[in-house]
Amino acid sequence: MTTNTINESLDEVHHDEHHDHKMTGLKRWLFTTNHKDIGTLYLWFSFIMLLTGGALAMVIRAELFQPGLQIVEPDFFNQLTTVHGLIMVFGAIMPAFTGFANWMLPMMIGAPDMALPRMNNWSFWILPFAFAILISSFFMESGAPNFGWTFYAPLSTTYSNGSTAFFVFAVHIMGISSIMGAINIVVTIMNLRAPGMTYMKMPLFVWTFFIMAYLLIAVMPVLAGVVTMLLTDTYFGTSFFDAAGGGDPVMFQHIFWFFGHPEVYIMILPAFGIVSTIIPAFARKKLFGYSSMVYATASIALLSFIVWAHHMFTTGMPLFGELFFMYCTMLIAVPTGVKVFNWVATMWRGSMTFEIPMLFSIAFVILFTIGGFSGLMLALTPVDFQYHDTYFVVAHFHYVLVTGSLFSIYAGAYFWLPKWTGHMYSDTLSKWHFWCSLISVNLLFFPMHFLGLAGMPRRIPDYALQFADFNKWVSIGGFAFGLSQLIFLAVVIKCIRGGEKAPAKPWDGAEGLEWTVASPAPYHTFSTPPPINEDKH
Amino acid sequence: MSKSNQRWWMGVGLFFTSFFSCSAWSEAQINLTKGVTAVSREVYGLHMLALYICTAIGIVVFGAMFWSMFFYRKSKGAKAADFHESTTVEILWTAIPVIILIAMAVPATSTLIDMENNDNSDVTIQITGSQWKWHYKYFDQNIEYYSVLSTPREQYENHNGSFDGNGVLKGKDYLLEVDKPLVIPANKKVRFLITSDDVIHSWWVPAFAVKQDANPGFINEAWTNVDKPGIYRGQCAELCGKDHGFMPIVVDVKSSADYDAWLTEQHELTAKAADAEKASLSASMSKAELMQLGETTYMAYCAACHQPTGLGLPPTFPALKGSAVATQGTVENHIALVLHGKNMMPPFGKQLSLKEIAAVVTYERNSWGNDTGDLVQSSDVKAASGE
Repeated sequence: MTTNTINESLDEVHHDEHHDHKMTGLKRWLFTTNHKDIGTLYLWFSFIMLLTGGALAMVIRAELFQPGLQIVEPDFFNQLTTVHGLIMVFGAIMPAFTGFANWMLPMMIGAPDMALPRMNNWSFWILPFAFAILISSFFMESGAPNFGWTFYAPLSTTYSNGSTAFFVFAVHIMGISSIMGAINIVVTIMNLRAPGMTYMKMPLFVWTFFIMAYLLIAVMPVLAGVVTMLLTDTYFGTSFFDAAGGGDPVMFQHIFWFFGHPEVYIMILPAFGIVSTIIPAFARKKLFGYSSMVYATASIALLSFIVWAHHMFTTGMPLFGELFFMYCTMLIAVPTGVKVFNWVATMWRGSMTFEIPMLFSIAFVILFTIGGFSGLMLALTPVDFQYHDTYFVVAHFHYVLVTGSLFSIYAGAYFWLPKWTGHMYSDTLSKWHFWCSLISVNLLFFPMHFLGLAGMPRRIPDYALQFADFNKWVSIGGFAFGLSQLIFLAVVIKCIRGGEKAPAKPWDGAEGLEWTVASPAPYHTFSTPPPINEDKH
Repeated sequence: MSKSNQRWWMGVGLFFTSFFSCSAWSEAQINLTKGVTAVSREVYGLHMLALYICTAIGIVVFGAMFWSMFFYRKSKGAKAADFHESTTVEILWTAIPVIILIAMAVPATSTLIDMENNDNSDVTIQITGSQWKWHYKYFDQNIEYYSVLSTPREQYENHNGSFDGNGVLKGKDYLLEVDKPLVIPANKKVRFLITSDDVIHSWWVPAFAVKQDANPGFINEAWTNVDKPGIYRGQCAELCGKDHGFMPIVVDVKSSADYDAWLTEQHELTAKAADAEKASLSASMSKAELMQLGETTYMAYCAACHQPTGLGLPPTFPALKGSAVATQGTVENHIALVLHGKNMMPPFGKQLSLKEIAAVVTYERNSWGNDTGDLVQSSDVKAASGE
């Protein structure tokens, strides 16, 4: 890893500032090719999507507050769960990470910008249109997609409500955007590293995004393929997934999950990178086992290609298939465990302080590990027959995606907000945000384990009476968690508008080239590459 | 710890204890069922094994974290150590998890091999899912029937926001009750052949640890051997459209003697139904009779999509009120539609008796303001079916 005691003079930074030829007003944002502007756009977009998807989730939780159908019709309920999932995966988590990549990667590797700035602009600006198409289907006669975010055929083909075309085109645009973003990340990291920054000297953050981008390039075309087959099955009379025409509905699931499983690592590897940056900073101790972290990340990425069918144990796979996918899935626990152990070893005999980014990171390690435990349990095929498609699964993936990915995004946002805005965030407000989120998120998702074990299937708008008590608490947790996120909005707005001035390096234990430039980071940084010092390890 | 801090923690403690001491919790199940088969008990054992292992690892890992957080904090004057790698340690915490995983994989493999052994069954039943009911067909017995949710609509449709609907209390087995449960014998190996008529469903009874997808056009296998007679309940586990939450599974496990008696009873009922079907051909029903039977049948089989109001849920489920088929079209055409289905609508020819089809067509042509005045008799249906 880089030890960067580079003393780039602040004069040079000021010099840079005189050279921004940025346009003003709306035009600046529409035509920008600046990685920091585009990063900002991605981050705001993902936050708006988080609130949108969250609003849908709160309607779901309101309906499930008590038994009986009170607020929405079952069909609309299915539309809510479907669009909630799509928005959170493709609209909130993935763009947020691309936002981090845009803002931080060039600054971390000492590059002046992303390698392909014009494409960068385009890959962001097609996203709002994708989601406009998706969300607009709510206001059409047919209604929004109602077949679950996994859109299993034939529910999404022969038996769909007519929203399939809108869904397919929205996903296509999201996919194009992701692929362009990923290509940009790969090209930037491979070509624009400051001289002397070898691969094994890159910050772990850069490594995780590098590997994540490769995963994206590998699997996004698979998603594009499967939605296209869906489209032709629905509208052009093909029979890829229809047994009557020689197809197979289970083949849909194989193709979908061949994309879908690497996709979940696309959403968690960058989280590993963020947390691996923050924990050493506040433990004031170098990241333990840097190279083993790189290898663990790469192993997870490789293994992610051969575990997809663990989502499909109940589809009637042959015994051999079930065994193979069970063993491979269990194997993923090994590199993931190495990561967790390394984080703990980093904290061990450190000199810890607990600023907000650290609090979110610690919460990440504990709660993500809980999600990992339920993942390990789900890997055991015989027991998966009981867990599959119940709230136990819902609990599992919300632990890894909300208290995993989302918490890491918050950790990273608090960590770099001073660099982005030039101000320190409000300590009081951000503490409220953390503690309210931490308590409510566990009230929201932990009882879901019990509901699933007791036998409550997922994606149902109404449930048997023995599930009533837990559902009530889950809903209360859901409302509280949703509202708590507004505190974050307040923190960010307050931080942008003013507050204590942030020094170039507000965290004494932080390492990395990004802390060598002023706060806020000048519009252009590293027009000439910074010198990289010899590594200590 | 300061005094105000202490009070705060006490508050938090009270908050959480109040949760779990509430009397309602005594009824809530929080763990997986042990079930009533040898396999389900093995599965439960695996679940507990995995849970204990995860808990133990959690205690060690989180313990080390909290230890660091308490003792290595800067505010306590902790100075950071300098170590940041150790190959020995890395090898150790790669190898130990592998050993733990093998310890879990061995019993999981043997249970799985057991679960997938569908040979030598005593009874074979074909299970077919369709939107949104289950069909059971006993091989070599000439017994087949549909099993539909029997919870009355008034119990779950409370859009006025009140907990118990319009004063309608929810029953004990709310949403987990059906008109005709699947009946199987205890202590016999029962094999299920599972498929679907339309979208993917999944047949799940937790007490048997059986969950198997019903894929249209393909047949999946599963089996159980229940050692305790009783009623066991489950639900469809794969999203299958609008009423996915409303297609429960109820299995009535009977002792061998009771099961045989039930079989005999079913054969008699089948014979009687055939006779009634024949008799209905020559009988003529009054409008009142037709409308009454028609309403019952409509509510059970048609209302899920076309709604009790006949307004449907357009554009997916068309309205019948004022529709071309139910008001202007010919009776023959209307009967043919009900018999054979169209697009997403399933064929009802095999599900309903001639009399019921006659009644439901009459009902649809004379309700919600539709007033064709047509009376349809069983013989008309027979004629239209062309058999």
